[in-house]
Amino acid sequence: MTAETILQSLLSGLLTGLMYALIAVGLSLIFGLMDVVNFAHGEFLMAAMYATLGLTLVLAIDPILSAPLIAALMFAFGALVYAGIIRFAMRARTNVGMVQIFSTFGLAILMRGLAQFFFTPDYRSIQHAWTSGRTFSVGGVYLPLPQIVGALVSAAAFGGLFLLIKRTDFGKALEATREDAGAVALVGINRNRVFMLGWGLGSALVGLAGAVMAMFFYIYPDVGASFALIAYVTVALGGFGSVFGALAAGVIVGLVEAITAMLVPPSLKSVGIYAVYLAVVFFRPRGLFGSM
Amino acid sequence: MRTPSFARRRGASITWAAVIAAVIALLPLFVTDVYTQNILVLTLMFAALSQSWNILSGYCGQISLGHALYFGLGAYVSTILFTKFGIIPWIGMVAGGALSASIALALGYPCFRLRGHYFTIATVVIAETGYLLFLNWDWVGAALGIQIPIRRDSWLLFQFPRDKIPYFYFALALACATWLVTWIFEDSKWGYCWRAVKDNPEAAESLGVVVFHSKMAAAAVSALFTSIAGSFYAQFVGYIDPESVMAFQFSLLMALPAVLGGIGTLWGPALGALILIPLNELVRSYLGGSGAGIDLIIYGLLIIMISLARPEGLVSLFTRRKLPALTG
Repeated sequence: MTAETILQSLLSGLLTGLMYALIAVGLSLIFGLMDVVNFAHGEFLMAAMYATLGLTLVLAIDPILSAPLIAALMFAFGALVYAGIIRFAMRARTNVGMVQIFSTFGLAILMRGLAQFFFTPDYRSIQHAWTSGRTFSVGGVYLPLPQIVGALVSAAAFGGLFLLIKRTDFGKALEATREDAGAVALVGINRNRVFMLGWGLGSALVGLAGAVMAMFFYIYPDVGASFALIAYVTVALGGFGSVFGALAAGVIVGLVEAITAMLVPPSLKSVGIYAVYLAVVFFRPRGLFGSM
Repeated sequence: MRTPSFARRRGASITWAAVIAAVIALLPLFVTDVYTQNILVLTLMFAALSQSWNILSGYCGQISLGHALYFGLGAYVSTILFTKFGIIPWIGMVAGGALSASIALALGYPCFRLRGHYFTIATVVIAETGYLLFLNWDWVGAALGIQIPIRRDSWLLFQFPRDKIPYFYFALALACATWLVTWIFEDSKWGYCWRAVKDNPEAAESLGVVVFHSKMAAAAVSALFTSIAGSFYAQFVGYIDPESVMAFQFSLLMALPAVLGGIGTLWGPALGALILIPLNELVRSYLGGSGAGIDLIIYGLLIIMISLARPEGLVSLFTRRKLPALTG
């Protein structure tokens, strides 16, 4: 194994890691806000990928250009899911955790069923994106352009998210609500509205990830399942609710996966991620950046 | 806690259970077509599985979504001992159960320090690791799996190539056994410890409940019965591979009946299995065909509606008055 192949693996691991971070951050954001784990998160990703494919086929819009539109669509979808399901799930007086888990899990199954019904289980891909087939080379290392664009979009999204949380009134309301959802009502913040916007924002972020991923990944009804587990592990590794933790953990997961794939058969590459997760939580039961 | 009404309810439960088991035992006299018999066996098996899962996740409150590991171990241990060493499945079943319970204890040692979602995700990634290892382990057939060689109809070899009825009675016995174990534990020291640990671990600890030991006991019992069901399933279908006995989907299938029927209740898992398994099979065979997705749509909608409309599970439809001592 030469130094170049190792560098190649690590760099593509880094790019993949930034994608994982973008997929995971919405999940972490929603959890931090209201202690709800969305078990349909992978299916949100799947929906965004199909929407991107649809825009490409019907209106011939390139995935890069349609990404903001997909994010906006997913924002509306997330807010709708909150208003239609989660709001009611949070009213349960017994088994609150279970109700949230299984109502979102039911939504996941429903979304997969709808995708199968309307789009059949076939694998699809976007053939003629602007980035398709192009590579970018630095010092003998070749990286595919779609993945580079994905990493840049992810970095930009985290930058924007940081500004949103630190600099805007909405960001302050978000922070205040996650600190103490009961007390914010006293200072005139509508808790329900913040929750709904939080769901919208979290879904928009995974929507962005879906739009980018549609450029270089197959699109099929179960595609979310393969990324959902990685997203949950990423969120837990970073610490539930921590936005910065999701970014750091995403990069760690991407790199660990790349390193594992160099050492063992590629079909076992996820085992490295799982081992790192277990090793971390056994010593830090709240993840790397989770608060007690 | 041990009020007269609680004692009366326990007495009524065991009477009802005996009557229901007797009625189910007579079903093969009327049900002769193989398709329906198959659904009956699966329903009873999932009732047993969900009842076992309910001990750790329902009563003790430690939500595991990695029980496919114990199910798969049960299936693989009995199958490998039979195909490679000629050891009869009954001994394999016991060996698998012992191995699964030991592994549950070994894993519990580090995992029970974790709380909530961190614990649940740990159970998922451990089971996934097991799944990936079996998928790549050539000696146990890797992705191709193992076919159990068919010899003859025999209770000794626990295989009946031309008959489903013996499997039906074993599944019924297993479902009754897990129900009875739950019934006994409900009114034992462990049962009270488990519910205390679920409701408030700090308070339980301060009252002298050894939280860690309580979780370990629940995990061992739960893994033991899950594994026995795994060995049974291997004999029933005659062919196993990692996808069919150890995939994540299986962990969810085990949890669903208990959740929809009523998590942490005596009757919830059986009620949930009675509704979900036949429904799933019927919807799949009448509407499924060629992955059209209608079965998933109905199943998904049903799960959303039940979990929103009946947070305490369907079993609450049958209880007229809530017993505060027993609701989690």
